[in-house]
Amino acid sequence: MATQGPIHDPETPVDPMIDPRTGEYAVIAPGHNFRSVTQKIAGIVLTPNTPLAWWGGLFLAGTIALGVVIAVTWLVLKGVGIWGVTIPGAWGFAIINFVWWIGIGHAGTLISAILLLFKQGWRNSINRFAEAMTIFAVCCAGMFPLLHIGRPWLGYWLLPYPNSMNVWPQFRSPLAWDVFAVSTYATISVVFWYMGMIPDFGTLRDRAKAPIAKYFYGLLSWGWRGSTRHWIRYESASLLLAGLSTPLVLSVHTTISFDFAVAAMAGWHTTIFPPYFVAGAVYSGFAMVLTLAIPIRKFYHLEDLVTLRHLDNMSKVMLATGSIVAYGYGMEVFMSWYSASHWEFFMMWNRMFGPMGWAYWVLILTNIAIPQATLWWRKCRVSVWWLFILSFIINIGMWFERFVIVVTSLYRDYLPSSWGTYRATKWDYMLFIGTWGFFTTLFLIFARLAPMIPMSEIRMMLPQTKVRPGGQTADRVVEEAL
Amino acid sequence: MPVREGVYGMLAEFNTPSELVHATEMAHRAGYRRMECYTPYPVEEAAEALRFHKTGVPLMCLLGGIAGLITGYGLEVWINVWGYPLNIRAMPLFSWPAFVIPGYEMTILFAGLSAAFGMLAQNGLPQLYHPLFNAPNFASGATTDKFFLCLEAHDPKFSVSETRAFLEKFSPVSVVEVDH
Repeated sequence: MATQGPIHDPETPVDPMIDPRTGEYAVIAPGHNFRSVTQKIAGIVLTPNTPLAWWGGLFLAGTIALGVVIAVTWLVLKGVGIWGVTIPGAWGFAIINFVWWIGIGHAGTLISAILLLFKQGWRNSINRFAEAMTIFAVCCAGMFPLLHIGRPWLGYWLLPYPNSMNVWPQFRSPLAWDVFAVSTYATISVVFWYMGMIPDFGTLRDRAKAPIAKYFYGLLSWGWRGSTRHWIRYESASLLLAGLSTPLVLSVHTTISFDFAVAAMAGWHTTIFPPYFVAGAVYSGFAMVLTLAIPIRKFYHLEDLVTLRHLDNMSKVMLATGSIVAYGYGMEVFMSWYSASHWEFFMMWNRMFGPMGWAYWVLILTNIAIPQATLWWRKCRVSVWWLFILSFIINIGMWFERFVIVVTSLYRDYLPSSWGTYRATKWDYMLFIGTWGFFTTLFLIFARLAPMIPMSEIRMMLPQTKVRPGGQTADRVVEEAL
Repeated sequence: MPVREGVYGMLAEFNTPSELVHATEMAHRAGYRRMECYTPYPVEEAAEALRFHKTGVPLMCLLGGIAGLITGYGLEVWINVWGYPLNIRAMPLFSWPAFVIPGYEMTILFAGLSAAFGMLAQNGLPQLYHPLFNAPNFASGATTDKFFLCLEAHDPKFSVSETRAFLEKFSPVSVVEVDH
């Protein structure tokens, strides 16, 4: 992703962050060596002084997360009737939030797997916390369908296992596919994330002063010692996991889109859903990475490692996926006319101008109009403040996308006598807002206990890694040795 | 099995990967075979110098993937055709396209777990104790910014004095004798 920098005359002072040879923003600020990057990243974890702001953040996030505890407790006591879901709008917030959260997770896998296969070195600075984001987002996502089944304590019925009732899951249903897709995704993401941290836990073990920290990281590192043979196998496994995660991440949101597309419902039964869902997922996920990366780089002074180059590149990914999403919206509108299906046409008319038409226009404004109007300009793509605000706007937009898809198709289907409406209750809101707190709590704990930026991968990006051949002296030494 | 008592090996510390790779290459040419490099990030040239090219990880991953495919797809076929046949929308009992996704996810799950845990198993991890952790300079450097070459004592060519003299030719930061 070449970013053409301004051409300057040699008299004027140059921005040290711009590489003079390429005119691009540097991926890592100049002047770092192996020890300085290690100290910078390990210092965040190993400092004995936990920042006061971290405690404040944890308190706030934990308080909001209590909403999950309360809402789930009440739900278990009373049943899903406390939610706004009803016939015809039987999916409601549960499925909207499920799709939204899992979509957010997808950017983490895209960064850690797809960009690794494409040899995008800049991903090294952001992949660790993006992967953490994936896992925590999947934790939030998984909660919703589990609660939506009504009796969450029987959630294990979703799995195929021999039982005294002699029943098995129904594998022709996309809802059964979802169980496999999401559980595999969660497992592989956790394994990939943890495996990536093993060498860094080794570094933390070796740098920790406190005996308890030494012990803790020693256990987590599994005795990693940086042996070359280990490294080669490790690299091989990383590459394989990246190669496996790439089709996995595409399949997960494809499967989720099948939950809709396989149903014979106007507005759902379309072939554009898989690619458009995947692009939307990556779009919202990158927005969430920006929401997290911008405060982190500021608060922990990581501007040298998460540079404007990263923000610029992430903005470009958002621009690309946002354009795919815009194309998807356009095609939906076009097909509702071109299909000459009365039901499709009515669905689209109802979606735009029906009682919930406002949601559609919020979606167009936040997901298409505002990002497209700004991200095409480099100034906006490297403006930290704007990107921070925009990341929220896009995630609101992506939430409304799922709202529009789930609600506006369901509440007015083929038979006008069965039309209804959908209105979320305070319990819906409490659970949803509670998951933000839950997500933030998990993320803060991760930021305090684990290296947010992969140290070994950052070391590989420094110029000092270049190996020069031994040359003349080599032959001389070998003569003496023999 | 390596010797459990006495000297484990001779550990040389270098500041740059170039010096490490050079010393490793020379040690290999001088006939040392039982040796290992320790670096803070993967140095492929060091693996070349050690003549270590092939890993068993891809094969384990492949076998895991095949096992996952057979398990996942086989389970679905068994359930739908024999275990619990259901008539769903008059679709055939063996509706193979509908079984693709769970079978595919199980393939990825098994392959991924085999790659990750296979890698750890081949590396002999977890191994919380290793003689090298006894070397005073190892912990402060090997996972941060130093490059180590260890010539191990069970190499037939190893001798405390000669190996030390050999390693010192490459002007390392230090050469330390490591005990078990």
